Amino acid sequence: MTTLPIEHPIDELSDDPRERAPLILDHDDFASVTADILRCNEAKKPPKAWYVAFVLSFSMLSMLGVLIGYLIFTGVGVWGNNNPAMWGFPIVNFVFWVGIGHAGTLISAILFLFRQKWRTSINRFAEAMTIFAVICAGLFPGIHIGRVWLAYWLFPIPNQMDMWPQFRSPLLWDVFAVGTYFTVSLLFWYVGMIPDLATMRDRATNKIKAIAYGFFALGWRGSMRHWHRYERAYLLLAALATPLVLSVHSVVSFDFAVSQLPGWHTTIFPPYFVAGAIFSGFAMVLSLAIPARELWGLKDFITMRHLENMCKIVLLTGSMVGYAYAMEFFIAWYSGEVYESFAFINRAFGQYAWAYWIMVSCNVICPQLFWFKAIRRNVWVMFIITLFVNLGMWFERFVITVTSLANDFLPSSWGWFEPTWVDVLTFVGSFGLFMTLFLLFIRFLPILAIAEIKGVMPAADPHAHHDHDEEGQP
Amino acid sequence: MSAPTPEPIAMSQSDHASNQVASEPVTDLWGLAAQFTTPAAIYDAASKVRSAGYRWFDCHVPFPVHGLDKAMGVQYTILPVIVFFGGMTGTMLAIFLQVFTNSLELNLWAIVPVVGYQFEVSGKPLISAPAFVPVMFELTVLLSALTTVGGMLFLNKLPCLYHPILKSRKMKRITDDRFVLVIEAADPQFSRSKTEAFLESLDPERIVELEA
Repeated sequence: MTTLPIEHPIDELSDDPRERAPLILDHDDFASVTADILRCNEAKKPPKAWYVAFVLSFSMLSMLGVLIGYLIFTGVGVWGNNNPAMWGFPIVNFVFWVGIGHAGTLISAILFLFRQKWRTSINRFAEAMTIFAVICAGLFPGIHIGRVWLAYWLFPIPNQMDMWPQFRSPLLWDVFAVGTYFTVSLLFWYVGMIPDLATMRDRATNKIKAIAYGFFALGWRGSMRHWHRYERAYLLLAALATPLVLSVHSVVSFDFAVSQLPGWHTTIFPPYFVAGAIFSGFAMVLSLAIPARELWGLKDFITMRHLENMCKIVLLTGSMVGYAYAMEFFIAWYSGEVYESFAFINRAFGQYAWAYWIMVSCNVICPQLFWFKAIRRNVWVMFIITLFVNLGMWFERFVITVTSLANDFLPSSWGWFEPTWVDVLTFVGSFGLFMTLFLLFIRFLPILAIAEIKGVMPAADPHAHHDHDEEGQP
Repeated sequence: MSAPTPEPIAMSQSDHASNQVASEPVTDLWGLAAQFTTPAAIYDAASKVRSAGYRWFDCHVPFPVHGLDKAMGVQYTILPVIVFFGGMTGTMLAIFLQVFTNSLELNLWAIVPVVGYQFEVSGKPLISAPAFVPVMFELTVLLSALTTVGGMLFLNKLPCLYHPILKSRKMKRITDDRFVLVIEAADPQFSRSKTEAFLESLDPERIVELEA
């Protein structure tokens, strides 16, 4: 591994628009990029912290398995869900996890279409995060249906009962939206990884690795004729994923907005949910990137500049979410609708007021600290803020789901939702699933998009060190 | 371009820092590969190979070098057109699926009843077009994405189980930091000695004979 010294100091945090900040630091040649990104994958053993994290995550995952078994054998009564709060933790967790996924697609697709080259350092693991988050999300509706063995009723499969799903129900739209989202994210992630898997195949030190990576690399050999179609395909996938990511959380919000409940039946939900999803997703990307770059020695690739950019997006989307909260209140008052007004006053001052104010302080107040440059450049403060944002976004879903269900139209039918220990530990266990998958990913797959990073290096420009006038028109 | 600086090549002992063709000539020649170290070098080489009239050649690079496909004269791919039809298939499928499952009622030849699951919800029509839009959208995107990936792999003839490039141990750095131009023996203009001399004139790091 060689790194060429850079002669003059380059400030990657400079805001001077005349000089473009370098996207990666201290790497002038391609070989060192490959070697440094894959260093931890190719090392015989991962760092100790990886083992600690893996044991912890895997125990949480095992707990999740046990709890799901307990749920299936006993019934949904082990949860706190009741009448009227039929949707308790499972739906809150579902919306939370789907939202987390959105940042990955935003980074990989929307920032790609906008030619934001800084995305190349973070897109791979953000996409991985998307896939794992959607897996966690998909788990909850699956176990929430009660009779898990009938989960296939969600899909339009011909059956002996001559029954079909009801396509005018938003819950079925959700099945299609989340299913499509998962499939497209997986394709996007995998297609992006093919060239890097080929790199790992060619660098493999033993037969098993060579065969395993070779199998998934599909015989990629870097042919420019292939790259030509590959780049087209990647662009098309980005163009397809862009409306998709905006649609998924819109459809999730339809689960609420299409119903008649006060506090749910609002047109602001789709954009508000999408902004919230991106907000929580970026917070999660930061929470993962900060330890990962430290542990995997990727500070030259995920620079302070990258973190700062993500902080700015968290600030932007956090402010949008804050605006949506305010607008909900305004519309509730302006509509003159008594139930709607009550729903919002009840949220802020009713029996779940504590949850509401946790949500507001974490989502609206906390990210405003990112206005300060010093905070955007302090990884510790950043990390803590992103954890608070994740907490706040979980509470947002809790507030929306539970307050409206527990206190709807008739006071005689009001209720009170309280989670049981199974609820809480199942949610904790879903983090075990998420983290286990993520830890396996950073150990065995290329954590950064190596080929894409090489493509944005100054050395990648075919006209960089060349005078065409000498040689004539190429 | 400055004189080529031979760099130590990690992969092969026998071929260490050599600018020459390996001593034992390959009997079953598939093509000649010229290896370069910079994107600029392969860009120039590709344009020259193309102007020299070669057609059966390819560049193997670790990342898509900007403009190299144009310099090579690669024809623009038909993939977007295929994807369009894939997407339209998805839309049609979604319309058919929803209309069929939620509203259909017909008797084929008055014998075979084909009935969907008709379910009245708040007096809404069985075919509620607005309610069908989300699934139409999702299936359009789903089938487009599947067509994109399937089409890309199909047009690229991937997965590829065997290829002379993959066979050669000397070509391992293509996916790392080397840029390789290959002229296939199948090219009508190909002649072992002339093509080799021509490639030598392009100032490569080294030239490798590839076995079929």
